[in-house]
Amino acid sequence: MTRHATVEIREHLRSAKTLWCPGCTNGIVTRAMIDAYLSLGLDPEKVTVVAGIGCAGRITAYLDYSTVHTAHGRALAVATGAKLADPELVVSVVMGDGDCAAIGGNHLIHAARRNVDLTAIVFNNDIYGMTGGQAGPTTHEGDLSKTSPFGHPEPAFDICELARAAGATFVARGTPYAYLKLVQLLAAGIVHKGFSLVEVMSNCPTYYGRFNRTPVPAEMLKLQQKQAVPVEKHKAGAPMTEEQFPVGVLHHVERAEYLEAYEEVRRRATGIKV
Amino acid sequence: MPAERRLLQGNEAVAEGAIAAGARFFAGYPITPSTEIAETLSRRMPEVGGTFIQMEDEIASIAAVVGASLAGVKSLTATSGPGFSLMQEMIGYAAMTQVPCVIVDVMRGGPSTGLPTEPSQGDVMQARWGTHGEHSVIVLVPSSVEECFTLTVDAFNLSEQYRTPVIVLSDAMVGHMREAVALPLPEELRVAERSEPDVDPDEYDTVMSTLDNILPRPDLGSRFRVHVTGLVYNRRSGVPETGSPDVAQDLGRYLREKIYHHREAIVRVEEFMMEGAEVAVFAYGSVARAARAAVRWARAQGVPVGLVRPITLWPLPTAAVDHMAEQVRTVIVPEMNIRQIAWEVQAAVAGRARVVDYGRVDGALITPEQIKDLVKKEFHYHRFS
Ligand SMILES: Cc1ncc(C[n+]2csc(CCOP(=O)(O)OP(=O)(O)O)c2C)c(N)n1
Ligand code: SF4
Ligand SMILES: [Mg+2]
Repeated sequence: MTRHATVEIREHLRSAKTLWCPGCTNGIVTRAMIDAYLSLGLDPEKVTVVAGIGCAGRITAYLDYSTVHTAHGRALAVATGAKLADPELVVSVVMGDGDCAAIGGNHLIHAARRNVDLTAIVFNNDIYGMTGGQAGPTTHEGDLSKTSPFGHPEPAFDICELARAAGATFVARGTPYAYLKLVQLLAAGIVHKGFSLVEVMSNCPTYYGRFNRTPVPAEMLKLQQKQAVPVEKHKAGAPMTEEQFPVGVLHHVERAEYLEAYEEVRRRATGIKV
Repeated sequence: MPAERRLLQGNEAVAEGAIAAGARFFAGYPITPSTEIAETLSRRMPEVGGTFIQMEDEIASIAAVVGASLAGVKSLTATSGPGFSLMQEMIGYAAMTQVPCVIVDVMRGGPSTGLPTEPSQGDVMQARWGTHGEHSVIVLVPSSVEECFTLTVDAFNLSEQYRTPVIVLSDAMVGHMREAVALPLPEELRVAERSEPDVDPDEYDTVMSTLDNILPRPDLGSRFRVHVTGLVYNRRSGVPETGSPDVAQDLGRYLREKIYHHREAIVRVEEFMMEGAEVAVFAYGSVARAARAAVRWARAQGVPVGLVRPITLWPLPTAAVDHMAEQVRTVIVPEMNIRQIAWEVQAAVAGRARVVDYGRVDGALITPEQIKDLVKKEFHYHRFS
C-alpha cells in the first residue's frame, strides 16, 4: 500500500471543497479510500460508492466514481440491489454509525448474513454529526450530547462484533491516525469476496470532541492511537482498558458468497445439471 | 401462432407481465394479498436469468429495487397496505432521482393490519401523495386478470420512458381472481428498452433533459460517472445544490411537469355505453366490474347510464371527466374507500353535474345490485326533482 501523490488523488475527486468541518477526519478516510482503489488498480468505471445520509454520506458528492447518495439507513439495501443486478460493480457502502447501526441496523445484519460481496465502510464518530450532535447507538455510557445532556444512559454497540455475529466474513477496524494501515484494511475488505465491514474510528470535533474527551482534533487522533490495540496483542491476551479497542483484521473466514449461491439457484431453476 | 390461453390468477399475471416487460430483478417481503407475485417470481426470475431476493422488510425491498434499476436492470417489488406505507420514503427517492421502477400494491382493508384478506381501494391517495414533498407518479389500476398482465407491461414502459416510479394498484379481489386469458405473444408486445444517453460522457453533466426529450438514465458502472442524490440537485450537473431557490424551483417543477405535460399520452380511460348517457358511473379497479354489470342491466331496461373507467388513476383523466361532466347530469362514484376519488371527481366536474359518492370500507365487494340501486334512485330523483 502506498500513499499516492495528491495530484493523482485529486483526479478522483469531483471537488476538493467539502462541507466537512475543519479537523474532521472524514477527509482522511476519503483519501484512504482513493488510495485503496488506486493501490488495487481498480477500473474507476466499475467503482461504485453507495452511501446513506449524514456527514459521512456526503462523500458521494466528492468522489469521482459512480456514486449514490441514498436515504438515511438504506445504503446497504440499495447496494445489495445494485450488486446483484451488476456483479461487475465493485461496491463500497459508506455509512455513519447512526446510519449503519441504528436506522440501518436491520439491513446491516441481513447484508452480513447473506454475505453479498459488498464492502461496508463505517465512519464511526460516536455521534450523529449531521443533525448537530445527538446521541446514537455508538455513543458511550455517560457521554454528553444534545440528547443526553445529563450523560447517556445507554451502552454503545460494538459495530464490528455486531457484524461478525450476524455473519460478516471480513471484519476490520482502523483509525485515521494509522493511515497506511487503514488503506491496507480498506483494500483487504474490497478484495475480500463476501460481505466485509471496515469500521473507521473517525472523530467529530464539532459535536463529540467539544463535549467529550478533547475538542482538539489532533489530540483526538493521538488519543485514538493510544486506545487502539493491535488485534494480535489483543488476542495474545494484552490487558485492555474500557476505552481501548482492538484494531486490524478482527475476523476473516471464507463462506459462499451470495451471488455464487444464487447462480446455483438459477441452475436448478433452469434444470441445467452441473 | 395464436396467443396462448391460460388460466391465471391476477397476481400471477402481474408476475408474467413483469417478465414479459423485461424485468429481471424482484425484491420483496411476503404480505397478503400480494404474496403470490413474490412466490411466482421466485421461480420465474431465476428461470430467465434474473434475480429474486426476499429482503428483510419492505423498506429494504424498494431500496434494493432502486439499486438494481440504477445498475441497469428493470426491477419491481410487490406489496400490500402496511408494506406500501413502509415503502413511501424510497418511492419519493425514486421520484426525486428519476429512477424507473415498478411498485405493485395489492390493496387490502386498512388502516394498519386492517382486513388482511379483503379487498379495498383505500390506498388510492397514498399512491399519489404517500411520500413527502411535491412529486408526481403514474398509477395504473387493473380491473381484470388480463389487465394485471398488460398494465404491468405498460407500467415498465412508462417508467422507462418518463424515468419515474410507476405504481400498479391492484386489490385483493383482482389479485386473487382467476380468469382464462390470452397472453399477448412476445412479438405483439411493445417493450421499452433501456438505452444510454446519446451524448459524450464528458458532456453528460452539461446537457439536460427537457419535457419533450427525457434522456435515459445512465447505469452505474457505465462510461457515465453519475452521481445520484435525493438532495435537491442541479438538473444540469446532477450535483446537490440546496442553496439556490431557482435550482430547487426548476427541479420541483420539472419533476411534476415531466408527467403532467404528457398527461394526454399517459392517460388511458375506457368509456362503456356512454352514448346518450344521462348518468355516468365513474369506477375503477374491481369496482368497475360491478359497475359494468349494473350499466348493462340499466341499458337493458332502457335507462341511459354509462361507465367511465379510468385505467390510469394518476394523473387523473381530467379530459374524460370534463367530457363526462358536460354530458351527464349525475356522476356516481362507487369506491372501496370513503370519497377518496369522489372528491377528485367532484373538483374536476366543478359543479357541471351532481356527484354522488358511495363508499364502503367493510371489506365486502361493491355489488352490481348496490350500483343498480344508486342508478334507480338517480332516475327517481330526477323525475321528482
Ligand atoms: C428517515 C430519516 N430520519 C432522520 C433523518 C435525519 N438525519 C440525517 S443524518 C442523521 C444522523 C447522522 O448520523 P450518522 O449516521 O452517525 O452520520 P454522521 O453525520 O455522524 O456522519 C439523521 C438522524 C433523515 N435524514 N432521515
Ligand atoms: S459535524 Fe462532525 S462529523 Fe460532521 S463534518 Fe463536522 S466534525 Fe465532521
Ligand atoms: Mg456519526
